[in-house]
Amino acid sequence: MIKHYDLIVVGAGPAGLSAAIQAANCGMKVIVFDENQRPGGQLFKQIHKFFGSKEHKAKIRGIRIGEELLTEAEKAGVEVSLNSIVLGLFQIKGISVMRDDQIEHFRGENIIIATGAAENVIPFEGWTTPGVIGAGAAQTMMNLHGVMPGKRVLMVGSGNVGLVVSFQLLQAGCQVAAVIDAAPRIGGYGVHAAKVARTGVPFYLSHTVLKAEGSDRVSGVVIAEVDEHFQPIPGTEKHFDVDTICMAVGLSPMSQLARMAGCKMVNNGGAVPETNEYGETSIPGVFAAGDVAGIEEASSAMITGRIAALGAARRSEFIEEPDFERQYQACVDSLNQLRQGMFCKANKGKMLTETDEGYPLSMSLLHHGYMTEEELAAVPTVDSHDTGIHPVIECTQNIPCNPCQEACKFGCISVGENITKLPGVVAGSKCTGCGMCVANCPGQAIFLVDETYEEGYASITLPYEFLPKPEVGDLGGALNRQGIRICQAEVVSVKSNKTFDHTMLLTIKVPKEFAGAARFYKPETEAK
Amino acid sequence: MKEYLDRTIDIGPYVPEADDDLIICRCEEITKGEIRRAIHEGMFTMTEVKRYLRTGMGLCQGQTCGRLVKQIMEKELSKGISTDGENTARAPMRPIPMNVYGKEAE
Repeated sequence: MIKHYDLIVVGAGPAGLSAAIQAANCGMKVIVFDENQRPGGQLFKQIHKFFGSKEHKAKIRGIRIGEELLTEAEKAGVEVSLNSIVLGLFQIKGISVMRDDQIEHFRGENIIIATGAAENVIPFEGWTTPGVIGAGAAQTMMNLHGVMPGKRVLMVGSGNVGLVVSFQLLQAGCQVAAVIDAAPRIGGYGVHAAKVARTGVPFYLSHTVLKAEGSDRVSGVVIAEVDEHFQPIPGTEKHFDVDTICMAVGLSPMSQLARMAGCKMVNNGGAVPETNEYGETSIPGVFAAGDVAGIEEASSAMITGRIAALGAARRSEFIEEPDFERQYQACVDSLNQLRQGMFCKANKGKMLTETDEGYPLSMSLLHHGYMTEEELAAVPTVDSHDTGIHPVIECTQNIPCNPCQEACKFGCISVGENITKLPGVVAGSKCTGCGMCVANCPGQAIFLVDETYEEGYASITLPYEFLPKPEVGDLGGALNRQGIRICQAEVVSVKSNKTFDHTMLLTIKVPKEFAGAARFYKPETEAK
Repeated sequence: MKEYLDRTIDIGPYVPEADDDLIICRCEEITKGEIRRAIHEGMFTMTEVKRYLRTGMGLCQGQTCGRLVKQIMEKELSKGISTDGENTARAPMRPIPMNVYGKEAE
């Protein structure tokens, strides 16, 4: 028996769920299939706070966004069918699904393919040895199952995935030996790189893996520098003792269903179905949304999912034209905000040297993951140089993000209408030291500095997401942006509350001359 | 219509490389050298290599190695022959037990 739906969505990740919610809210009868036991796609592995603005769910952790989407889907009356493996999608918009050890057939007036992407690998000697894993696997182990992927890890890939997962590995208690990338510059956001670098993790750009050592499991790795043709340069080999090599070397769209159905394909960082402005493929009524239509972030996937659903709703007359136009335009505006800035597609491969504001971009940040004090001084938005407690905003690349602006109830921080602008401290405003900006910045790039804390001492309030929770009075090391211990630090305050959402505000006291350099705290006393 | 594939083009002899014993298709344990040799034996498309060696026919259905096989082919066939893109996608998209495949729901 063939079951009929107004819309069938394949994939219950950010794009698929958002699409299903939007369509159900338009009155469509919707079913979502997902082959996994749990819905949410990659969202439930994302324990970090998202970028963007409020409408993009910025400063909310991915895992919570997943929970929100599930609640919304339930409320909207979406049928989410898990453990359901879609075996085929056919031109007639028929779908066959394996569920409960039998085959079922469905027909959709409309189909949205939201199957996401799979991780790429790079082959090297020993790459099939146990201990060589993908970044996604590392996240599954740590963030879903509470298992450490290894004790000491080499991260291959410096894009946002590599940087975010490196930080999560550190949070899980693993050591990260280094982050390497064959590219000459760090591929992900500078703020993500900076929070990894300040814990002491070195970056090796223009480096590749030569081989994984170990016969039945990884016991070490050899990397080497590469020339401009990405060929290893003899004599530049470096060895690390690691038990895990984690690969974050890009994603490929899982577009097999689109190909199988006969959608016209194009190459856009992998084979993806050609789509129009509503996400509709060459087959009328078959749409693609999220990473399967071109790799982006989860935030944009949620919007492209909504757009595809609006397209399907209009096609089957579940939405009036003015409503469609209004909602579609809102989605497009929201998407365009995310597609701006230094890391957007239009800038890919370009060697930018200054920000939109005309400030020099930090080359040290792009090569080593941290900024030099000279470079920071050249970006006037970083420090207001106020006396008394004041925010220092080490956000120096144009990325689409503005929660800091909303976080400050006293109007100290301004990004402006264009969310890719650098945040700056508003002249004449007064910082109360509440720390909301510190806790809310998804890049953990804001610090409160008070050079007049005590005679000869300054206080630095930094975002801290590591356990065990430090106690007031603890002594430890203050690390600089490069992760080098520069002086002793005393913990003078540890704040955590619900609005900080698991980001602790850690205030440390350091000798005044280190106020501009100390940016991380490393416990040295035994945990009580 | 598929473009005509000129099989008379001489791509030169197979020259062994140091990393020829590198496994490319993990599921079916096929090495880089086997793939490169297959190309020199006349397998000029993804489909041909797949049918000849079983690359991409294992558990992951080419999700991991598809890209790698394609890169090897593009490098080996750099003399004017274009490969025909991706592995063909066909149902069933995931491995499935035969007794389930034959069991239609009521």
